[in-house]
Amino acid sequence: MAYIPLEAHLPGITGLLEYRKDSAAPIRELTQILLRGPSTLTEGERELIATVVSNKNECRFCTAAHTAAANILLGEQETSAKVKEDLLNAPVSEKMKVLLTIASQVQVSGKNVTVAAIRKAKDEGATDIEIHDTVLIAALFCLYNRYVDGLATVTPTDASFYNSLGERLKQHGYNRLPQGYDHLKKQSAE
Amino acid sequence: MPHINVDENLPGIRALMAFSPETATPMGELANALLRTNEVLSMAERELIAAHVSYLNDCFYCQQSHGAIAVCYLDGNNDLVEQVKRDYVNADIPDKLKALLAIAGSVQKGGKYVTPEQIEVARKLGATDKEIHDTVLIAAAFCMFNRYVDGLAANTPTDLASYPLRAKQIAEKGYGNHIFSSKQPVPENA
Repeated sequence: MAYIPLEAHLPGITGLLEYRKDSAAPIRELTQILLRGPSTLTEGERELIATVVSNKNECRFCTAAHTAAANILLGEQETSAKVKEDLLNAPVSEKMKVLLTIASQVQVSGKNVTVAAIRKAKDEGATDIEIHDTVLIAALFCLYNRYVDGLATVTPTDASFYNSLGERLKQHGYNRLPQGYDHLKKQSAE
Repeated sequence: MPHINVDENLPGIRALMAFSPETATPMGELANALLRTNEVLSMAERELIAAHVSYLNDCFYCQQSHGAIAVCYLDGNNDLVEQVKRDYVNADIPDKLKALLAIAGSVQKGGKYVTPEQIEVARKLGATDKEIHDTVLIAAAFCMFNRYVDGLAANTPTDLASYPLRAKQIAEKGYGNHIFSSKQPVPENA
């Protein structure tokens, strides 16, 4: 059970974002820009950054949610599994491997990002904007993962929950749904 | 030297925000939502949490900046702020704030480090749901801000006298894009 009273039909991050909406709005907006805004990285690649960082932070809710979103966007499940287990042999570009390495360094601490990793990323063609966005996405998920687990929110164990959430993240991105989330109450009651 | 090509005349996060004004806007709004309100926790208490977490993350720019902002709200009591950063247990602050700083310290390590016992202690000392929520989210947000600043190796002024000048800007006007778009403060005798 979560440490503070949250809506029972909104496990994980959604209940928190509904708990205090004025702080949620800029968090949602920042995420929408970074993960869905114009970028030379695909939406799938950006979801992989979120997945790798959440996995290293051992946040089960965020890892499952962003794995599902990445799988839907990439149209397959192998890549998300491989970047978590064995990044260097994952079926992604060399540039993505270095960016995911930088994201993993950020997960430990900002100070852990090495000049060598940055140089390698640039050698593989990463732009300053791609490096900036990678670091900020990784940092943002260090916020999310701590928010979700620091307040002990509920983590559903049912895979279908994350498939629905992944679909929602593909369809609507990170904006608050215009109609809110009351319709999910009916679904979970069925 | 920063890892990406940013304006060298701007210190710390200001240079990163100027590099990416689109993401800077929601980050400034989030800082205002979390740090520029006296609802449940005072602005001074909020900045102390931010400074303590930044100290634990060893982010020199953020701990000096938010420490200096806290000093503005605490009538210039720099000694108290320094003690809260390094050794809050023995600082002259209310026990409830100490319990919240303990929770923030756990969030800095990882969301799962927050224990039901820590929450229980905070509640017994009068902490409300909203105070616990905001403490966790402020701590989580600084795990993002600190990683953003150090992960891109933003310029960190070593001249400690420059921090109170920037802190005064924030204390007077709050957070937002003015911190990089308006003229940087310089000492009057310079």
